[in-house]
Amino acid sequence: MAREVSTGRKALVTAVAWGIGLLIFFPILWTVLTSFKTEGEAVAPHPSFLFFDWTLENYETVNARSDYLLHFWNSVVIALGSTLVGLLIAIPAAWSMAFVPGRRTKDLLMWMLSTKMMPAVGVLVPIYLLARDTGLLDTRVGLVAVLTLVNLPIIVWMLYTYFKEIPGEILEAARMDGASLGSEILYVLTPMAVPGIASTLLLNVILAWNESFWTLNLTAANAAPLTAFIASYSSPEGLFYAKLSAASTMAIAPILILGWFSQKQLVRGLTFGAVK
Amino acid sequence: MTVTIRTLVGASLVLALTGAASAETTITVATVNNGDMIRMQRLMPDFYAQHPDIKVNWVTLEENVLRQRVTTDIASKGGQYDVLTIGNYEVPIWAKQGWLLALDNLGADYKQADLLPQVAAALTVDSKLYAVPFYAESSMLMYRTDLLEKAGLKMPENPDWDFITTAAAKMTDKAAGVYGICLRGKAGWGENMAFITTMNNTMGGSWFDMQWKPQFDGAEWKKTLSTYLDLMGKYGPPGASSNGFNENLALFQTGKCGMWIDATVAASFISDPKESKVADKVGFAPTPTRAGGSNHGNWLWSWNLGIPASTKKADAARTFVAWATSPAYLKLVAEKEGIANVPPGTRTSLYENPEYLKVAPFAKMTLTAIQSANTAHPSDKPVPYTGGQFVAIPEFQAIGTAVGQQFSAALAGKATVDQALAAAQTLTAREMTRAGYPK
Repeated sequence: MAREVSTGRKALVTAVAWGIGLLIFFPILWTVLTSFKTEGEAVAPHPSFLFFDWTLENYETVNARSDYLLHFWNSVVIALGSTLVGLLIAIPAAWSMAFVPGRRTKDLLMWMLSTKMMPAVGVLVPIYLLARDTGLLDTRVGLVAVLTLVNLPIIVWMLYTYFKEIPGEILEAARMDGASLGSEILYVLTPMAVPGIASTLLLNVILAWNESFWTLNLTAANAAPLTAFIASYSSPEGLFYAKLSAASTMAIAPILILGWFSQKQLVRGLTFGAVK
Repeated sequence: MTVTIRTLVGASLVLALTGAASAETTITVATVNNGDMIRMQRLMPDFYAQHPDIKVNWVTLEENVLRQRVTTDIASKGGQYDVLTIGNYEVPIWAKQGWLLALDNLGADYKQADLLPQVAAALTVDSKLYAVPFYAESSMLMYRTDLLEKAGLKMPENPDWDFITTAAAKMTDKAAGVYGICLRGKAGWGENMAFITTMNNTMGGSWFDMQWKPQFDGAEWKKTLSTYLDLMGKYGPPGASSNGFNENLALFQTGKCGMWIDATVAASFISDPKESKVADKVGFAPTPTRAGGSNHGNWLWSWNLGIPASTKKADAARTFVAWATSPAYLKLVAEKEGIANVPPGTRTSLYENPEYLKVAPFAKMTLTAIQSANTAHPSDKPVPYTGGQFVAIPEFQAIGTAVGQQFSAALAGKATVDQALAAAQTLTAREMTRAGYPK
């Protein structure tokens, strides 16, 4: 029989969970609130929480000055593009590591992860020169390529852990029935791993959407995504918090909405494998 | 049938438009998000009317991101930008590297001789101009006239640090949230070190002697840092070690500061009744100096437009740069946005315009401050470098920021004056040796 949980305990756990949730959400809420303040109110020494003169002035200014749609479209192409290309490479890679591991598979996995330990700026100049010589500076194709490579270790690792959960015997059975390697991956493995692939996809779209080092350094006017849009509202001389908050709110809104609708998959994906 | 005709007409229109567009030259301008630059973006219709064959793309970035982006691009000849917004710190260093095009033939209408000589000098290498100033600033003392009066004091023509200490003490009313003095405390070569370096100049000190030996172990730096920490500790706002220009601006505008010594460009912000609660109660004076001294720190900063040598569209870039910094542009801003919003500090003629002097009460002091800035001889002692609030060598960004961190920590109470100076001396000596000085 399941252990009885008292109502008091349930209430306490709920309250603590809500508390932590609000604490984590607070900076985002504060950004959204600030975006409706005037610049003066945004830096007031005793800022008011809700009782200020709400204004849309910052959104008007930001829309008048920047081409939001261009930046938004660049973000969509770069985030989705790099994730899809990444999956195309990572699914076969993770398949081979999970089901036909060699002597060096573990080392290979660790080596892939170790590339993430290098600070990005360490390879800025070589990558910049490569992009310059191939004509990929300030192009979406260039950014898709770079972000695919940057996020590939994470995609492979995530898929690898999901695939490990799937019994190899099922694939063997498919082979017994005469499935080729391609159809084994496409018709047997992939459908079973859909939740894992979906959460990998979502997580990587979010990572690529928020990536700011490469997107700022390899773009100028044409391929600049929303990260560059936000960065253009910081100022060394003059007040800028309210406009910066408006730009940030506009930049995070799409991904926030996407995350909200797909939270079930996200949570499932992130905790996959933790419960046997 | 009509649909087909319409489609055809539409398609040919689109073709015609793209055909026209391909005859254009598109240039990319990298800039910072400062009021004067944003205003320029609004005034672009005037440029397009004069030059329909040139299209301008803007890349606006935060100052430090811009510096990193532009440096990467120019050092690797990436050629992503055709016009760069750069400070007078970079211009001489980059010009010597051959990274910038010389800009000495901008046309007769440009009136190059009208540029303020001190500002132009900082952008000149081997008697050639390598960037043109968009706006320029020095530093000055801004103070609350009402609080000074209440304190029973009168601002001298040339205030010294002793007077500032007395005034700060009398103006401070912590219970009412009023602090006698606000100064930069946030670490960075262009943040706290800009102010502290000029303060040290006023005290007679310098960063290096003629053999490039750091001078933090000397009496002048000790006097500078202890005066600074004493002022800020007793009469400064809480949490000052994270205050930069913007934070102090917000404090001053909301009536929390009695005095503030910073860039002259702040004067227009604090005098603007739309933004500032104290707009009608501000006075201006020169940056304080030591008793009997005449050195006011020699702060000189300008945001300039330069053309990278890697551009393939030098002619269009030159046309744009000439338009944006010409006397005609200043006139255009005056007509469209009001004369008080003309970019300050670049042209002598602006300061001879009685209309401008009427609407900008800070104009006279701004001009005096810029004119008294001697970046060729920033210190009273002979020094091997140029630059007022910085040392114009490539290594200064790193060293200045590292020293700034020591001083910011001292302001936060984590180190004493002697500890901070000793650390600054050691790290500067080490970095300079590593960089191969004396050269």
